[in-house]
Amino acid sequence: MVTFIVRRLIAAVFLLIIVSMVIFAIFFWLPRLGGQTSYGLATQYVGRNPTRTAVLQVEHQLGLNQPLWVQYWHYLRAIFIGEHYSSGPSSVYCPPPCFGYSFRSQQPVWPQMMAALPVTLSLAIGASIIWLISGITIGVISALKRGTIFDRLSMGVALAGVSLPIFFTGLISLELFSYKWPIFPNVQFVPFSQNPLLWARNLVLPWVTLAFLYAALYARLTRSGMLETMNEDYIRTARAKGLQERTVITKHALRAALTPILTIFGMDIGLLIGGAILTEVTFSLHGLGLFTIEAVNNQDFPEIMGVVMLTAFFVVIANLVVDILYAVVDPRVRL
Amino acid sequence: MAAGDGTGEYGTTGEPAAGGDGAQTGDAARTGDTTQAGDSESGRRGGWRPGRGRATRADRTQADLESMSPPDPRYMLEVRDLRVHFPTDDGLVKAVDGISFRLERGRTLGIVGESGSGKSVTSLAIMGMHHGGSAKLGGQIYLDGEELVGADPARVRRLRGSKMAMIFQDPLSALHPYYTVGHQIAEAYLVHNKVSKKAAKAHAVEMLDRVGIPNPQARVDDYPHQFSGGMRQRTMIAMALSCDPELLIADEPTTALDVTVQAQILDLISSLQQEFGSAVIMITHDLGVVAELADDILVMYAGRTTEYGTSEDIFDRPAHPYAWGLLSSMPRLDRARIKRLVPIPGTPPSLINVPSGCPFHPRCAYAARTNGKSESEVPPLRSVGLGHEAACHLSADEQREIWAELVKTRLSPAVRSREDA
Repeated sequence: MVTFIVRRLIAAVFLLIIVSMVIFAIFFWLPRLGGQTSYGLATQYVGRNPTRTAVLQVEHQLGLNQPLWVQYWHYLRAIFIGEHYSSGPSSVYCPPPCFGYSFRSQQPVWPQMMAALPVTLSLAIGASIIWLISGITIGVISALKRGTIFDRLSMGVALAGVSLPIFFTGLISLELFSYKWPIFPNVQFVPFSQNPLLWARNLVLPWVTLAFLYAALYARLTRSGMLETMNEDYIRTARAKGLQERTVITKHALRAALTPILTIFGMDIGLLIGGAILTEVTFSLHGLGLFTIEAVNNQDFPEIMGVVMLTAFFVVIANLVVDILYAVVDPRVRL
Repeated sequence: MAAGDGTGEYGTTGEPAAGGDGAQTGDAARTGDTTQAGDSESGRRGGWRPGRGRATRADRTQADLESMSPPDPRYMLEVRDLRVHFPTDDGLVKAVDGISFRLERGRTLGIVGESGSGKSVTSLAIMGMHHGGSAKLGGQIYLDGEELVGADPARVRRLRGSKMAMIFQDPLSALHPYYTVGHQIAEAYLVHNKVSKKAAKAHAVEMLDRVGIPNPQARVDDYPHQFSGGMRQRTMIAMALSCDPELLIADEPTTALDVTVQAQILDLISSLQQEFGSAVIMITHDLGVVAELADDILVMYAGRTTEYGTSEDIFDRPAHPYAWGLLSSMPRLDRARIKRLVPIPGTPPSLINVPSGCPFHPRCAYAARTNGKSESEVPPLRSVGLGHEAACHLSADEQREIWAELVKTRLSPAVRSREDA
């Protein structure tokens, strides 16, 4: 078990290094392949009406005229020991973990991301609890009552949930429950530490909107998983023992049906913590998703690179946790 | 439709359409009953006895009148005219269509047939495991005098695993991969006995020891994937026997196993049978398996009985061409070497469109001798010897003659080709 975890952790570190190389290559190597010069790259950091001296100065400061591997080395070094950036007359120190310095917002990237993270984290965790409970429950009941009105109705709603985009369901829910009947007025992020009640109340609409999409997906997955496991030989064995049907379903069928869902959940939650873009934009929540959108709109390379690295980190970690859980759930995986 | 006229879900649902009063055209396909020519006729006249949980037919044939009589206390298990039909989009699948047999305590019945002949469906019906599915059950099953087809499912569940237990084929998929073998055996014991978990686990260790798992104290915490195929099947047997069942059904217990392990498992079952005094039903497609173990043999084809008799009857004087076919296609070491095994031509029939007349006639080399009766009339199960029954239009003399002169002596392909000519 311990060797398994250690091995997976080492693999995760290597994976993140490869991700960082790919990201770096996309932003620094690909433009050169496309004919972009280091002077041209530097121009983008200088603002409007660049003068030649200013551009050359930026090119030198950012080390854009150095070989790629040197630049990559500086990029990695910054993450672990920090970096000094000169911005105009003064020099700015970006402490580790330094994921670059945004010359547009005149701030290091990391603190900005950390400020946005609690919003996304609150959103993702709250929504995931809702969608896991509702999605799995509906999926199980649907599978057991296959072909009935409940099954057809819930699968119809699930299909709608999968198909309808969040900016549609989100706006409808805002219109209905925030403006027409102001049950949840003024959706705005309040930190949990400040006022847990208000935190929860203000997040109900985003949670439910986001959870609706995923619950629909999970209900369908659970249903098909349950239908499959209910046909397994070991379910027949469990019945032949004379077990209550309830025990057969929860202890024998559901446990086996949930393992593939665990895998998908790992992917989903990892990606979501990296930014629930549509939900955050719809409800104007300043989380990592909105941060990403703004970074892309501003062509703010350090910010984009930072947020992509962070998302990759969350996905890798979530998958690691899922793999460990898998070994706990399925004895055949134990190593 | 059957439920609509108040016959209850466990009615003799072989003929759902016949329940409607005044149904004029009781065509066989719709009524789902083709076994007896006069059956659907009288079904319409007599109708269904309404009320009560279990519907019984009011009139008719000798067999039906017989089925009204109380169960014989000598028998651990008595099955009368069992029918298991599955309505599907393609039509009614008559998986089991009128099977009757009896089994005494301590005795072994072998149920033999090809895939899809209804063997496993029969065993699941006895275990009451078609409940909740789409299956329509008819007939009676008496377990130690207690009727099961019309019984409360909760009552049957309590009998399941305690009074009757089952061993399945392919023990790897029949054991839950996520629980230890000890847990799975203890679970079977815990449902039917009010004991502590610790006591149940101790019982599981004891059961593992009894089925010959070495070092059971340690192996009890292993998972099924850590066991070999033979050990898994031993575990299944330990699980089935954990509540001392009086009836044990083994559904192809050796099919998924290594040949060397097969004999061990069969030995184990028969020695445990002597120890526990259980009645055993051995379901198999392999005549070799039942040759040594079974006292009686029931041969099934397309959901019906083709032949029923003692083991000696079936092996020494088989009366039905299907049994001849099975014997000819079976390698035997105790007979003089034969040139080649003779397979039965063709494949088992569809259970939705069972061939008219004798369901075996398209594959039968002797069907031509019955002057077309095989194609048109369903052969009734009739006595061909003391306690030996066969459903075949050939006369008893013809059967003896063909068996003695053509099948038994030669058991070679020449038999069949000469017959065709």
